[in-house]
Amino acid sequence: MSDQSKGRRSLWRAAVVLIIAACCYEAAARSGYFAPALMPKLSAVAQTFVVMLLDGTMIEHSVSTLYRVLFGFFLAVLVGLPIGILMARFRPVESFFLPLVSALMPIPSFALVPLFMLWFGIGNLTTILIVFYAATFPMMFNTWSGVRSVNPLWLRAAGAMGADENALFWKVIIPGASPFIITGLRQAFLRAWIAVVGAEMIAASDWGLGWVIFDAKEFLNTDVMLAALVVIGGIGFVFEKLVFGSLEKRTVQRWGMSRVAKG
Amino acid sequence: MVPIAINNVTLEYDTPAGKVTGVKDVSFDIGASEFVCIVGPSGCGKSTLLNVIAGFLAPAAGDIRIAGKVVTGHGMDRGVVFQDFAQLFPWRTALGNVSFGLEMKGVAKEERDKIAREQLRLVKLEKFVDAFPHHLSGGMQQRVAIARALAYNPSVLLMDEPFAALDAMTRDDMQTLLADVWRETRKTVIYVTHNVAEAVYLADRVIVMSAHPGTVQADIRIDLPRPRDPLSVEFLDRQKQLMRHLGHKVSGNGAAH
Amino acid sequence: MQDAVTTISTRDASGVMPGRVASRLRSVWRNIFPFIVVGVLWEIIAVSGVFPARLFPSIETVAHTFFTLTANGILPHHAIETLIRLLSGFALAAVFGVGIGILMGRSRLAEDIFLPLVSICAPIPGLAYTPLFLLWFGLGSFSSILLVGFVSAFPIIFNSWTGVKAVKEIWVRSAHSMGADDRRMFTHVILPGALPYILTGLRLGLAQAWRVLVAVEMLAAVPWGLGWLIFGARKFLNTDAMLAGIVVIAIIGLLLEKLVFQKIENYTVVRWGMVAA
Repeated sequence: MSDQSKGRRSLWRAAVVLIIAACCYEAAARSGYFAPALMPKLSAVAQTFVVMLLDGTMIEHSVSTLYRVLFGFFLAVLVGLPIGILMARFRPVESFFLPLVSALMPIPSFALVPLFMLWFGIGNLTTILIVFYAATFPMMFNTWSGVRSVNPLWLRAAGAMGADENALFWKVIIPGASPFIITGLRQAFLRAWIAVVGAEMIAASDWGLGWVIFDAKEFLNTDVMLAALVVIGGIGFVFEKLVFGSLEKRTVQRWGMSRVAKG
Repeated sequence: MVPIAINNVTLEYDTPAGKVTGVKDVSFDIGASEFVCIVGPSGCGKSTLLNVIAGFLAPAAGDIRIAGKVVTGHGMDRGVVFQDFAQLFPWRTALGNVSFGLEMKGVAKEERDKIAREQLRLVKLEKFVDAFPHHLSGGMQQRVAIARALAYNPSVLLMDEPFAALDAMTRDDMQTLLADVWRETRKTVIYVTHNVAEAVYLADRVIVMSAHPGTVQADIRIDLPRPRDPLSVEFLDRQKQLMRHLGHKVSGNGAAH
Repeated sequence: MQDAVTTISTRDASGVMPGRVASRLRSVWRNIFPFIVVGVLWEIIAVSGVFPARLFPSIETVAHTFFTLTANGILPHHAIETLIRLLSGFALAAVFGVGIGILMGRSRLAEDIFLPLVSICAPIPGLAYTPLFLLWFGLGSFSSILLVGFVSAFPIIFNSWTGVKAVKEIWVRSAHSMGADDRRMFTHVILPGALPYILTGLRLGLAQAWRVLVAVEMLAAVPWGLGWLIFGARKFLNTDAMLAGIVVIAIIGLLLEKLVFQKIENYTVVRWGMVAA
């Protein structure tokens, strides 16, 4: 009972804090100390947001960004997952890829943006490749450590029950590594989402949420910028909590395996 | 034909310090539907021997024959229960775990669910068919593991200290349950334990092993009527007899609990 | 029995190699080999002329540019500017992040105040704030340091907060019963108990700072910095200078990884008593 009332108090306080923060911002915006172009009123931001939503531009921007991020992300899964598995299962694959991965991983994906712009021009291809680069390594790395950490006892038990290589792989190794694989998916998407916004600022033209906020800076459209920020945060939140959160809830958490994959 | 024949099995393993002989020149036979306990101090290689019988390890010398066939790897004629609760697949329900072996055999879903339910009933878990392992207590998980090992109907059941990690009270219940299950299924059981009372309670025959290197020290028949009464004079006599065999080599009664 | 299995599977590996030097050489070769393969592929493509040499320079050209730019001090200057920004941004994040995180863990009021703000700001990718920061604080070094600090503070806040919350109640109770006052409770129980988490947070924060900084330097029009170097090189099709810059970025990243992150990780793993990561 006390837990519940504590939770309610937190919720209540959170609401108060947010309202106060909003009021402070609004007061600063209306005080006239700052140029309205730099610090638009909340009502102006809300209005811009609604207008852009209704005339479809915000949706168009979101769709372009989502297309790039999902394309790159799936490409990364398609490449990272099998390589991660192969690395864990076969020594030569591991000793070939591991040094490359450890050398490439510390290079931030943005460092490649100018290079890719030279090679592939401005637009979808460059942004998708940047997303792909950013998302592949977390996918690969987590899959690799996940498959390696599959409890040998499960393999023995399954072997004793007559599982062949094929069944061992699909029914034991993959589910056994799933806490790590899901962590990999989650991290990969997080990186992809950061990468797409950054890449769009530099290397996209006309469409995309990253491009919008950067373009808005040129014309001091701070309201547009803030509206786009809300959308970026919202989409990131939806994927993190709803997509990956529910995936985790339905698999790893239901199986009581979530502790294993933390960190 | 002897159902299980263990002939001069020797096993070595590599350590940083060099080769160590884990089990040396062990031979004994096991009859059909016999319940054999292997007892010995830690380090006597009893678990290693069980792993050789299960086919997880290959012996350096000697061989093991089951129904005349030499063991070369694991096979569907043997079911294995380990000590570690983690042996169950956490991503499968109790039913899913028990039906795994049948699935590997290619049994149709309805049929294997029926058999798996039957096995879970045998270990008194019919109410927990759809529970995931992490929702079950340690004793329940081990019962699922037993049902799982029995489900695909192997002729031999290998058990590696399955109740060692349970509390004393649960262990007593599990022993009674295992004795019941054995009476119903009549499998050949090889059961490794360091608990003398457990061995006397369960076994038809007890193989006593000594350590460094592991060898068979005694082969004792327990011909008490079942169900056995752990407080009867005869039961305590057998326990003392076993402990004398162990105490000889181990000095003291270190292996007695 | 587990030991027996692993030793059996690794038996041939230890048995074949007699000398330690030879096995050392072999592991070095094994680490270098993949790079040689990639290098040869690169060289084949560069020499074949499928792409213009300006866009796809050979390794010699890149190496030559790398040494020229290093010798005349341009590359080190860029690198030092970048490192200074990284460290100042990270220092900001560390001070405020750990402070706010611990406060949130210790006081319910602070938690209720900061948590909603932090949870709203954190899911937005750090770079998305760049234009806003540039508008508010102008182009240049100050904005980029501020942004790097802001962005890398979030993982530090979250981890410090969880760390303090993860301090076991029995430790606090037993320290209380042994007469610890508030101050000593903090320095002797809370802080050491939360330390592994805080260190993890700092590691994640530094990694985040590094990733963001390179991009921020491109966007913020800073006069010096590796991000600016590679971005500026694009205008004049100086792909060789760009690649030389990327190499430096990779080296710094690798050094951060090996010298900082892995050390911290080993330390926390040991403290947590986890055997295998």
